[in-house]
Amino acid sequence: MIKIENLVKAFGAKRAVDGISFSVERGEVVGFLGPNGSGKSTTMRMITGYYAPDSGRVSVGGHDVVDSPLEAKRLIGYLPENAAAYSDMTVRGFLEFAAELRGLSGGAKRTAVGRAVERCFLASVLHQSIDTLSKGYRHRTCLAQALIHEPEVLVLDEPTDGLDPNQKHEVRNLIKELGKSKAVVFSTHILEEVDASCTRAIIIDRGRIVAQGTPDELGRPLDEVFRRLTIPDTATK
Amino acid sequence: MRNILTIAKRELGSYFTSPVAYVFLVIFLLLTGFFTFTAGQFFERGEASLAAFFGWHPWLYLVLVPAVGMRLWAEERRAGTIELLLTMPITPWQAIAGKFLASWIFLGIALALTFPVVITANVLGSPDNGMVFTGYVGSLFLAGAYLAVTCLTSAMTRNQVVAFILSVVACLFLILAGFNPVTDLMVRWASPAFIDTVAAFSVVTHFDGFQKGVIDGRDLAYFLSVIGFALFATSIVLRNR
Repeated sequence: MIKIENLVKAFGAKRAVDGISFSVERGEVVGFLGPNGSGKSTTMRMITGYYAPDSGRVSVGGHDVVDSPLEAKRLIGYLPENAAAYSDMTVRGFLEFAAELRGLSGGAKRTAVGRAVERCFLASVLHQSIDTLSKGYRHRTCLAQALIHEPEVLVLDEPTDGLDPNQKHEVRNLIKELGKSKAVVFSTHILEEVDASCTRAIIIDRGRIVAQGTPDELGRPLDEVFRRLTIPDTATK
Repeated sequence: MRNILTIAKRELGSYFTSPVAYVFLVIFLLLTGFFTFTAGQFFERGEASLAAFFGWHPWLYLVLVPAVGMRLWAEERRAGTIELLLTMPITPWQAIAGKFLASWIFLGIALALTFPVVITANVLGSPDNGMVFTGYVGSLFLAGAYLAVTCLTSAMTRNQVVAFILSVVACLFLILAGFNPVTDLMVRWASPAFIDTVAAFSVVTHFDGFQKGVIDGRDLAYFLSVIGFALFATSIVLRNR
């Protein structure tokens, strides 16, 4: 579903993403691992069409993200970093807005909003404005937005960031569940999440893939593998 | 078109869910009232026209329109929601048009609420209501031109204050190019043809026609091209984010 070839993106002199290639099929949950600033978010932003790559290609469901952005974006559900959402809207208003931009209206819109609310346990805050929500609810609201049109591809940038242990557990199970029928990529720097919900993990460091495979193939214990493969921030300074 | 309306609806809704809309409307109406009746000497003029009312609009809008438009893109950037918006299956144009439209409608609502001035003029005398109508049309286009410039400056930064100041300065240039005290200064060293060319870029020059009761195709074309150009530049700024 997602196919990335030789992706490069530079900001000024710094190459944030430096020749990354991988692909994700339906039924896979790929964990995208790496230290902070290793290029995870930049890669995800190129998959979702927010950044245009300097070189290389991204295609989603066979549609090139640069050449036919609308077709590609229709297939993707995206949870941006920090779960950005319009804070002046109510949860319901926000989800309806997302559904409308996804081309849903009338009964289909109501069904989609209802389903997303149920799946992300938002019923109790439906009429609350987003800026009054706790971080966990805010996160789930944004996740609900990403799921609203039953996308075939899910791109989640740190979906468990800032959640309490119970919420983390719920989100991991949800990702696992969704991964059965969709192609899912999510980024994280929490290693236990890889074991909990991934079928495959990709470790990147400074814009390059340094290892990939199932959690078992990567070796145990994972945190040792991770430390060996990625150079700590402090060492580069 | 549907996407444009969805975005416009959300944007317009967000004006009214915060106190911003009401604060703005009250201040706008107080200021138009003050400028028209006190500073503009509406009664002392002894004529049934809205010249005192419309004459202040280029200056009044100079501060108020950037205040309405400064959040359009700067706030999206600050909150990170721009990432959400631009990864939706919509074209950047639809987002730009939707946001512009929402703010323009909001300014239209503010302008429509000045109707008591029209009633006052009609009670006290018999103004040329055709002229009043073209004055309103011109005023709406004037607001649109400023607003499009504000869209552009708002897309450049994540800081609303910076967006506000930049657009006030840009709009000030649009006024001063045709403002009499400025053109009078230029007479000393520039040829009349040059002054006319510079003045042709000014909103004041083109707004005057509407106040005289004339809807001139050239004036209309001027405002539409300022709006079109500024929104086009906005799309380029957004593409190079």
